[in-house]
Amino acid sequence: MTDLQTSIPNESNIIRAELDNGITLLVYENPAVQSVNVMGSLQAGSIYEKPEQSGLASLVAGALMTGTKGADFDAIHGALEDVGADLGFRGHVHKVGFSGKALAEDLSLLLDTAGDALRNPIFPAEHIERLRGERLTWLQYSSFDTRYRAAKAMREALYPDTHPYHYGTYGDQDSITKITDDNLREFHAGHFGPRGMILVIVGAVEASQAVQLAADAFGDWGNSEQPAVLQAHEPQNVAGGLRPTVVVPGKTQSDIHMGIVGPARKADDYLAAQLANSVLGEFGMMGRIGKSVREEKGLAYYAYSRLGGGHGPDPWTISAGVNPDNVELAIASIMDEIERLTSATVTDEDLADNQSYFTGRMPLRLESNEGIASHIHSMESFELGLNYLADYERMIYRITKDDLLRAAQNYLRQEGMVVAVAGPDQAAS
Amino acid sequence: MPHLTHTTLPNGLTVLLREAHSAPVISWWLAYRVGSRNEPTGLTGISHWVEHMMFKGTERFPAGALDREIDRAGGQWNAFTSMDATKYFETLPADKIDIAMQAEADRMTQALFDADETESERTVIISERQGAENQPTFWLQEEVRGAAFRVHGYHHEIIGDETDLRSMTRADLYAHYRRHYQPANAAVIAVGAFDTAEMLAKIEELYGAIESGAAPDLFSRAEPEPAGERRVTVERPGKTAFFELCHRIPAADHEDWFKLRLLDAILSGSSGASDNKTSRLYQALVKTEIAAGVGAWLTPTVDPYLYSIIVTLREGRQPEEAEAALLEEIARLQSEGVSEAELNKARKQTRAAFAYSTESVTEQAYGLAQSFILGDVTWFDRYADRLMAVSADDVLEVAERYLVPRSRVVGILHPTDPEQEAAGT
Repeated sequence: MTDLQTSIPNESNIIRAELDNGITLLVYENPAVQSVNVMGSLQAGSIYEKPEQSGLASLVAGALMTGTKGADFDAIHGALEDVGADLGFRGHVHKVGFSGKALAEDLSLLLDTAGDALRNPIFPAEHIERLRGERLTWLQYSSFDTRYRAAKAMREALYPDTHPYHYGTYGDQDSITKITDDNLREFHAGHFGPRGMILVIVGAVEASQAVQLAADAFGDWGNSEQPAVLQAHEPQNVAGGLRPTVVVPGKTQSDIHMGIVGPARKADDYLAAQLANSVLGEFGMMGRIGKSVREEKGLAYYAYSRLGGGHGPDPWTISAGVNPDNVELAIASIMDEIERLTSATVTDEDLADNQSYFTGRMPLRLESNEGIASHIHSMESFELGLNYLADYERMIYRITKDDLLRAAQNYLRQEGMVVAVAGPDQAAS
Repeated sequence: MPHLTHTTLPNGLTVLLREAHSAPVISWWLAYRVGSRNEPTGLTGISHWVEHMMFKGTERFPAGALDREIDRAGGQWNAFTSMDATKYFETLPADKIDIAMQAEADRMTQALFDADETESERTVIISERQGAENQPTFWLQEEVRGAAFRVHGYHHEIIGDETDLRSMTRADLYAHYRRHYQPANAAVIAVGAFDTAEMLAKIEELYGAIESGAAPDLFSRAEPEPAGERRVTVERPGKTAFFELCHRIPAADHEDWFKLRLLDAILSGSSGASDNKTSRLYQALVKTEIAAGVGAWLTPTVDPYLYSIIVTLREGRQPEEAEAALLEEIARLQSEGVSEAELNKARKQTRAAFAYSTESVTEQAYGLAQSFILGDVTWFDRYADRLMAVSADDVLEVAERYLVPRSRVVGILHPTDPEQEAAGT
């Protein structure tokens, strides 16, 4: 049997190298599998785009594999699909992320394809138009999706239009329509580069070989145009207490999306807030919210809370899908649970349950290549140190009931909570 | 594949065990041979509702107790009701697997079905259905299945019809549970870091004493052979149109199912290993800007089901254009067959997809549970080899046999003007 304590990724078994051009490379050998997983990120997310070009960074990320100086669309995808490999790029707020997987024998193809796509895209007009059409269709479909509409309304009410979190990474119909091919090329030329890039490789590969293959694919890349890293600051002058309502005709159910500005991943009280969130809407059958809204009152199939915790002040959210007649009752029940969490410490049992949950789930999260790569990427991206996972249990058990209460009180202020609802028009029914 | 231990306890319970020591975890599954296909009119959705009630407690493990125990142990647990089966699983650190083994043994016979909990769950399940109804494609799928199966239980959605969800009683649910949840109608499956002999001894101790009658006669009605194309149209508020093309195909235990699986890999590339941009359907529909997306589904089922292709239309494009393009691709396949290069690509994709799917014990155990439900415990283990044996002639043969108008069901979702819909016009 494999012992978790000896196999947990840490600074002694993760090979970390910094290439001269600023790329940080991390490799973890996992000989128990036949495949290899690649995961990475660059500082080129939507935070670097202008509001009127909302969706540009994501469109650039989506277009990286539509053609390069040396390979057209069919050649790029044909090479990967011929061997059952998979590679994709996705735009986030702070970063563009990428991930891929292949049989171990095809790692060099995966890295070379990623390197070519990142370094040499040509953004062919016909493919950009096709991608634009696909994005517009998705946005159009989403405009009739109550979950999407509630989340969007919450985000736009919580963050002012001067804040990058106000905008969705996919942009909107107007902005996507106006973005030009030149905009894509300029954004790529001005933001994509090796400085700050993270590349994680996990799987059935020798570390030395993986380092060499990565160096071959990325080692001579440079871009003097890369801008300074942008941070997302706490939003100022947040009105709070807003109740945006979106009518979506023809729907049966209403979606509730409640949110408040939460901690960044590197905040001192992030782990305490994470434990508090688990008590509120995660542990067991969706925490205290699930117990009240689903189990006791039978109002919803799902009702849970989530803590964002990224590079900036992401929202702390609560979501539920309920019959339109039950919207107010569900909101009141959730508010009751927030009041309870912020007015008294959790029980010893609550704390012990959630500490055990957080530490006990680690073996499952580290079972797959993808899970391991994701954790290693997070350790590097959030500067947590490569012994973070090894120290994790100690950190979790250091947290007290008072720490949870302080974290909950620090963020879950009911007067600042935005409550967005999207669903059918009740007045018309 | 590592050795599979397959045995049957005297009470009829099937046991499937496979050691995997790559990580200190074990996935424990209990699969029952009952799903939505076994539900008569008036009781549609009952298998899924019973699955929900299994989380509402027993005398030994009251409601919420196992949520807490399993989360405390760092485990995952869930359940799935499909057309053919109801499956429960827990994946836990290896030293905590006893919780799962005891819990599943207990709730096989001791679930309470408390009257108040049953009523509370009625509204939860109706909420689940209403949440699904918010997606236009749910309406399309429901109508297409209804058109495809007039007699067989595959005709209704797993969640059930709302009228049945409102009328079913606690007595109905409990009777369904007692009839189908017994050892002779079930299998336990474990994959992970354990010793087989020790695990088997534990299973005999916990499950061996559970009394079982004969396996229940499952309610099932055979669907007559299709006698011609069927078409349905659905209208929902929105701006996005969808087109669905289905063909009746054989059950998963039929050799032709594997030939169709390769055919699907060539048409849609849906191997789970790639995003399929070189597949024939992507090239014919997305690259030509008729569609924003296209996907295909070939579900392994106990009885003959459907091979389904769903197209998301781009704005301004019509479902008829998608239909014409799809039928042209099918005709091309039937007239030209497939090349050896395409076949080799599909085979490599299959090998890769299989490698990915066997990296977690949960997925491996799921595959074995599915094999039991399909009536052949080696189905998952032989899956890749059976696909590798498919030839270009085989693909052509099943294209000609199954992708024909007589076995076709066409579904179109037309978006309607939301403003008019809101005004009730």
